[in-house]
Amino acid sequence: MSTGIEQTPADGETLTEDELEALIGDRAIARDDHMNAPGFVVNPDEVQSVLSDLKERAGYDHLSSVTAQEYEDRYESIYHLKKYADASDEVSVVVPTASDDPVSESAEPVFRTADWHEREAYDLVGIEYADHPDLRRILLPETWQGHPLSKGYDQEKPQVVTLSEHANPLESDHRESGGESDTMFLNIGPHHPATHGVLHVETVLDGETVVDVEPDIGYLHRCEEQMCQQGTYRHQIMPYPDRWDYVSSGLLNEWSYARAIEDLADIEVPEYAQVIRTMGAELCRIASHMLALGTFALDVYGEFTAIFQYTFRDREVVQDILEDLTGQRMMFNYFRVGGVAWDLPEPREEFFEKTRDFLDELPAKVAEYNDMVTSNEIFQTRCIDTGVLEPEVAKDYGCTGPVARGSGVDYDLRRDDPYGYYENLDWDVVTRDGCDNYARVLTRMEEVEESAKIIQQCLDLLEDWPEDDREVQANVPRTLKPDADAETYRAVEAAKGELGIYIRSDGTDKPGRFKIRSPCFSNLQALGEMAEGEYIPDLVASLGSLDIVLGEVDR
Amino acid sequence: MSSDEPETRPRQTIHDSTAPSTDTRDSRIGEGVDDRFNSKLREAFGASPFILTKFDEFMNWVRGNSMFMLQFGIACCSIEMIHTYAIKHDVDRYGAGVPRASPRQADVMIVPGTIVSKFGPRMKRVYDQMPEPKFVVGMGSCTISGGPFQEGYNVVKGAEEIIPIDIHVPGCPPRPEALIYGILKLQERIQNGESSPVVVKPYELEQFGDLPEDELVQKLADEIDEDDLVMRYNWADSP
Ligand code: SF4
Repeated sequence: MSTGIEQTPADGETLTEDELEALIGDRAIARDDHMNAPGFVVNPDEVQSVLSDLKERAGYDHLSSVTAQEYEDRYESIYHLKKYADASDEVSVVVPTASDDPVSESAEPVFRTADWHEREAYDLVGIEYADHPDLRRILLPETWQGHPLSKGYDQEKPQVVTLSEHANPLESDHRESGGESDTMFLNIGPHHPATHGVLHVETVLDGETVVDVEPDIGYLHRCEEQMCQQGTYRHQIMPYPDRWDYVSSGLLNEWSYARAIEDLADIEVPEYAQVIRTMGAELCRIASHMLALGTFALDVYGEFTAIFQYTFRDREVVQDILEDLTGQRMMFNYFRVGGVAWDLPEPREEFFEKTRDFLDELPAKVAEYNDMVTSNEIFQTRCIDTGVLEPEVAKDYGCTGPVARGSGVDYDLRRDDPYGYYENLDWDVVTRDGCDNYARVLTRMEEVEESAKIIQQCLDLLEDWPEDDREVQANVPRTLKPDADAETYRAVEAAKGELGIYIRSDGTDKPGRFKIRSPCFSNLQALGEMAEGEYIPDLVASLGSLDIVLGEVDR
Repeated sequence: MSSDEPETRPRQTIHDSTAPSTDTRDSRIGEGVDDRFNSKLREAFGASPFILTKFDEFMNWVRGNSMFMLQFGIACCSIEMIHTYAIKHDVDRYGAGVPRASPRQADVMIVPGTIVSKFGPRMKRVYDQMPEPKFVVGMGSCTISGGPFQEGYNVVKGAEEIIPIDIHVPGCPPRPEALIYGILKLQERIQNGESSPVVVKPYELEQFGDLPEDELVQKLADEIDEDDLVMRYNWADSP
């Protein structure tokens, strides 16, 4: 069970379900299969041993999410495990705990990433985790009363929130031992230009060196899960995903919900709609990466005049195209369960021409960015070898997306767990081995080029698509009611990484539990590893290169 | 050839003389009297180059035409706000385009997004740090009512519950054009010397000790210091 090499299966080797069952043995008290993954029910005091067996001996090295929920008679934590080597190979570990004493063993010693996930479960649902290093609220204020996603929570009750958590860092007692030592506490945020929104980073400095970083999140916790649980599957949920990762990644987010619900309700999406989806999603990815680049340049060398404005110029073009397609600049609400809202705008030729013009100009623009940003000496000095994130650490924290790929972790759901039309197109997954801030920026830049390739192919396909076969929506019943107790966890590759949705149906037209696994949430956790031992400016650069969106971190 | 007639070389004439060269000026002004300093405005005012106005009005005019915005990004709307500042929409055209990172240097705060319970007290603090006179533009439906998240357990039902707002720009998110319209409207109001209507703000920062004793306060008594600043949310009374 330790690090013995012979126990770790070689890449690609998979245990069958029977072998898995044998591995877990009688620690599994029952089976609770989800639609796309076998599920094993285990006792709350055997979480660590089961998870570490699955990790070390069966190769499930990616804890993608932890879902907590309350049933009438029990609480339940679900650990969704995947493999970095094969994302379509999933297994769920279901841990029921008693209603009156919901204590379960923490998975943190096995997967570092479980730290925040379990804190969230504690905060919102109220399950306690024994052995957890630091079990306190994460999204809601410390003084909050009750657990909002548990049963019987009364939303009308008053709450008191303090300002003291955000005390002035310059007060004398913010230096340890009366000013003699060099240790100083520094608050960055929640209102600060470098935090990309409302993030609060509590930093401890030794002289100029960062020795401890603690991101404090929850300043934009907008109850997205509650909103989705209150909406009907058919129409009322789709507008919300646009608002998770709001830097124009709308369609990518909508796809995550679309994929989950189509899986749950067994809906086949017409191929033509899949091509439109693929094209729209990649346009969003370009817009999102552009913003990442612009704000990163702003963070790293105060570049407000050129790069920042250039990236926004290009975003405007993409947003125009998307507006033609969807009718909105940012909050598209274009996907429908089973397809998309409508066909390409008429006249089609004009739309194709506009999009092709953008693609034709893109290489020159990318070259310009490379000229001005990535080959800039100041930029390189700031980014190369700062914010180093080793691949093993990245995996331990459940990092995905450009952050993981910049550390050489070859993991991209578009290829590894194919959906949409990606399988049939010709493109490559970008990975880099630099592990530093520079590698992450380059990964994004190259991904922009790959996305352009995908869009190009989609345009070709759409242009030649036979006119009588342009079906944009499958036939979906007016009210969707998936079977009671059907559960699924499905993920797509959003701009920031693996965006997963867990839905449990309770037989009505609204989800019983709707859980969002956000890539930024996991990625942000790794900030400490990247920034400790470096200077404050490198902390800011690392934060920028993670490209977080607080709407998605806090949900 | 040039060495034969040195005085015809252009540099030479300047070099050898101490008189100012007036060629450019002459060609600009042309013939006749020099009236470059007599602007159209001055002509309109007649002989006296003075304008009489009230100092207040003058200050309002100045204020309206030079607004320093606070760089304040909260949620989705802030992306459209950045687009408004950036190329293409370029709100700098209206003298309002320099976002300041510090509230102490800003006159106008655009609130671009959802306010949740944890952020409410911080926003109030940022607002308090701005020097008077200060103005607020509420951007998006979230700042009007909580928008799409109105029913959320954690969402403040509109920024107006905490700070006074001069202009509401509806939309989710409002297009940059809409925000520019809002900013222009604010300029108009400032120039006319109008300030925001007085509203009842239900949520204020208070010292914990000053809160009326009730079940919740008693429960939190050992967690929170008497003189810590707190904000109390009465969700049941929210719209
Ligand atoms: S109004 Fe809409 S776009 Fe603006 S912050 Fe609220 S949800 Fe986001």
